[in-house]
Amino acid sequence: MSTQTTAHTMAIQASRKPSAFTLERFWLYLILCLFAFMFLMPIYVMLVNSIKPLDEIRAGNLVALPLAPTIEPWVQAWSQAQIGVQATGLKPYFLNSFLMVIPAVLISTALGALNGYVLTQFKVKGGTLLFGLVLFSVFIPFQIVLIPMARLLGELGLAGSVKGLILVHTVYGIGFGTLFFRNFYAAFPQELVKSARMDGAGFFVLFWRLMLPASLPIVVVNIIWQFTNIWNDFLFGASFSDYSSYPLTVALNNLVSSSTGVKEYNVHFAGAFIAALPTLIVYIVSGKYFVRGLMAGSVKG
Amino acid sequence: MKNRWLPALVLSPSLLLVGVCVYGFIAFTFYLSFTASTILPNMTLAGGENYARLFSLSTFFSSLGNLGLFATLYIVISMALGMTLAILIDQRIRAESIFRSIFLYPMALSFIVTGTAWKWLLDPSIGLERTVHLMGFESFTFNWIKDGDMAIYTVVIAAVWQTSGFVMALFLAGLRGIDNEVLNAARVDGAKSWRIYTRIIIPQLGPSFISSFVILAHMAIKSYDLVIALTGGGPGRATWLPSVFMYQYTFTRNEMAVGAASAVIMLIGIAVVVVPYVRREMRLNQGPNA
Repeated sequence: MSTQTTAHTMAIQASRKPSAFTLERFWLYLILCLFAFMFLMPIYVMLVNSIKPLDEIRAGNLVALPLAPTIEPWVQAWSQAQIGVQATGLKPYFLNSFLMVIPAVLISTALGALNGYVLTQFKVKGGTLLFGLVLFSVFIPFQIVLIPMARLLGELGLAGSVKGLILVHTVYGIGFGTLFFRNFYAAFPQELVKSARMDGAGFFVLFWRLMLPASLPIVVVNIIWQFTNIWNDFLFGASFSDYSSYPLTVALNNLVSSSTGVKEYNVHFAGAFIAALPTLIVYIVSGKYFVRGLMAGSVKG
Repeated sequence: MKNRWLPALVLSPSLLLVGVCVYGFIAFTFYLSFTASTILPNMTLAGGENYARLFSLSTFFSSLGNLGLFATLYIVISMALGMTLAILIDQRIRAESIFRSIFLYPMALSFIVTGTAWKWLLDPSIGLERTVHLMGFESFTFNWIKDGDMAIYTVVIAAVWQTSGFVMALFLAGLRGIDNEVLNAARVDGAKSWRIYTRIIIPQLGPSFISSFVILAHMAIKSYDLVIALTGGGPGRATWLPSVFMYQYTFTRNEMAVGAASAVIMLIGIAVVVVPYVRREMRLNQGPNA
């Protein structure tokens, strides 16, 4: 049998007497550490090689620690590397991504919260069907909307602009937001809603004074989820932006794949790390909410 | 409530946006797939010609074949690995949250970042192959990423690395939901532990299997970024998926109608997997007034 089965056998026996550190426990931890090593290896390789001079990468091995650590690759990736036609580094594109992410997240969160509120607390004709249609929009392959969206952005004068990307991400963020808030508000204590209504609370008062203040956890979940998704998007960025409005993912791909001549692996690794940092920081700081967002749409008995 | 129209009014901007930019656009792309569009949309109908052409193109067939291979391996390996990790983590281990965070962090990364990291890691001239050579194993070869027959497997490796922690989280939620009394009773009856897993625990994880299948299958069909960053579709066209085909034919080969037809095929593939799941979700948690 596999190591997997052996691991259970021992672990279940061990869990009867959890304090004993048996040989079986040792194997369990060894296997877990091996997996942890495999998961951490790519990010370790990125990090150590982003601070090595290029000749050290070419001469030496990829997993070795740097002999002469340098921050030069980071400086290059941030402000000097050639992206497309200009040697600006990733800095302006980093800014583009933020300019795109912040409004898109705020607007789609607001819309999601209102939709969830209406769909759970009011009788809406065909509400369940509408929700199903909005939910399905979360899963569609975006290739199916690329051509008409390019045309719409062109007609609105938003082609190749950050504003255009904000619009696109807001629209396709509505589905997830609605899903999160609907499921959260569906479980909202009805006695509170009823008594507030008896006190004469109207539509917006009920939402603003009662529902929203109690929604902080799901607001955080939604913001983190949308931030991660939109920050990491590549397809929309590649389709609807130009040199001035590239989001960071597109600029990074440009840096890595279009470098002519010498391949500057250390600069690529530093660039990849820069692109990963914002979402990685969010994950480290609020992993609990990240996981809740991940699970919110998926585990239903 | 005095304002009967207010709820509908609040809902309407979202419905308008989703109605136009999702369903209207799907209808538009569907229509385009039956027209003679080339570099720009052209509304002249051309019947089923584009679909006939699509299915006569070897590039589309190899993209579909690559997707079949990629999706099968990606789904099976991610589920097996994710479930294994969940079961290992569920053994009342120390530092559980650290292990969980380590297995899940790749989900926070962009596929472009993942692709970049693995692209150089798998590159024979500086990556794993060379590193193993330097350790003294000169005959070791690992050049899949440069080999047209093997490159698609490197996409599987990177994709599994990125998402199996997510599958672990799904299975862990399933494991934590199992009634402990049943397990204890089985243990008291002297059932062997692996039998407890195969007979009692795993059969109860149905919902975790379904959720992870739906999520992995739809991610597989949508996979685009990772292929672009890791292999660029190459070597040659060895790692083209329908998503890459769609982009190439629409935007660089100026065969928009054929590209639209391939997008329709992708949508149908996703709908088959996702619609039953969405229908179930619609019935759950409707709220008091829905």
